[in-house]
Amino acid sequence: MAQLIGGIGTSHIPAIGGAIHKGLQQEPYWKPFFDGFPPIRQWLGERKPDVLVIFYNDHGLNFFLDKMPTFAVGAAAQYVNSDEGWGIPSLEPLRGELDLSWHLINTLVEKEFDIVSCQEMLVDHACSLPLKLFYPEGNYPVTVVPVCINTVQFPLPKASRVYAMGKAVGEAIRSWDSSKKVAVIASGGLSHQLDGERAGFINKAFDLQFIDSLESNPEWATQFSIHELVEKTGTQGVELLQWLAMRASLTAAGPKVTRLHTNYHIPISNTATATMALEAA
Amino acid sequence: MDARHCRPDKHQPPEYNVTSALPQIPGTTPFDSVQARKGYALNKMCFSFNSAGNRDEFVQDEEAYMRKYSLNEQQAAAIRARNVLQLIAAGGNAYYLAKFAGIFKLDMQDIGAQQTGMTKDEFKARLVAAGQ
Repeated sequence: MAQLIGGIGTSHIPAIGGAIHKGLQQEPYWKPFFDGFPPIRQWLGERKPDVLVIFYNDHGLNFFLDKMPTFAVGAAAQYVNSDEGWGIPSLEPLRGELDLSWHLINTLVEKEFDIVSCQEMLVDHACSLPLKLFYPEGNYPVTVVPVCINTVQFPLPKASRVYAMGKAVGEAIRSWDSSKKVAVIASGGLSHQLDGERAGFINKAFDLQFIDSLESNPEWATQFSIHELVEKTGTQGVELLQWLAMRASLTAAGPKVTRLHTNYHIPISNTATATMALEAA
Repeated sequence: MDARHCRPDKHQPPEYNVTSALPQIPGTTPFDSVQARKGYALNKMCFSFNSAGNRDEFVQDEEAYMRKYSLNEQQAAAIRARNVLQLIAAGGNAYYLAKFAGIFKLDMQDIGAQQTGMTKDEFKARLVAAGQ
């Protein structure tokens, strides 16, 4: 059976792609964010996962409001990034892991998570940037399965539902008939708000409590409604749902995780950024 | 689907709405069913700005482009004014509006400053202060 070796969380922001393109990683503004990645790269280099399952939210590249799935699982041989409206150069395509995609789809529906399967999907910065941050030289040594969780159009899935779905993804990975090593990735958050008179809202105290909860009390955030999460983390801060799904997946590998690394920095663009690496017990 | 088939919803929804039944969160408008119905044409136009060709077409003839997507008068006025709060009031979603802002090379701090009535430097300073 496949091995679930651990999970990584990271923020995603289109401007990160612009900074990479311009080579600004060591500039004072960007350095505190990019400095979060060497420990993650080291872990990836040592443990060498073959496949990454990526929880993320699309921002209006692949999905429009005409058809907006709550949960969608990619089942493509290749996932291509594209212009999202700002002319930032596209990142390299990601190679799919078809067998795991279909195993996930079959298992999730069997467990009554009625996901949408996607044999073609564009992947936006949220799905493609983590790979570039983990493997900056490119030519990624991993295949991927994208799992998109709606954070665009309300009603969003409840935190408790996201947690349950993440757990089911972890169980599916562990029941995949393969000798491959799999890591789960969360792309999103943490607290931030782009819209309205409260634009720029950040909640450091909540973020730090959330990060700590992921280590030892993973269900902590499921106590909050989406409305409460918007209030506490900002309208786009609800992207922390991706982190919750990632952490829930790891419960399938064992009751505990080891926190290998955390980085938290305010601000990049309008966002409180975080990176975290958790090893499955 | 041809853009001409996209018609803004003329019927403001009277039905039960999950988020509007909850206490308002000051300073944001969650993109719920009311917003999704109100803003469909506007968001569809902004979604089209993923393509550089469409962005060029908009810049060449803004009014014609808005007609093609059947924007209502409130939406068209908000687009002409480049006013984010008005665009949200007209049903715009932050993620799609960001693509509109991109046409004018505005970043999220420009957008934030405009919505909060601050200068860009003041807005950026407030972000930095949130990390202290």
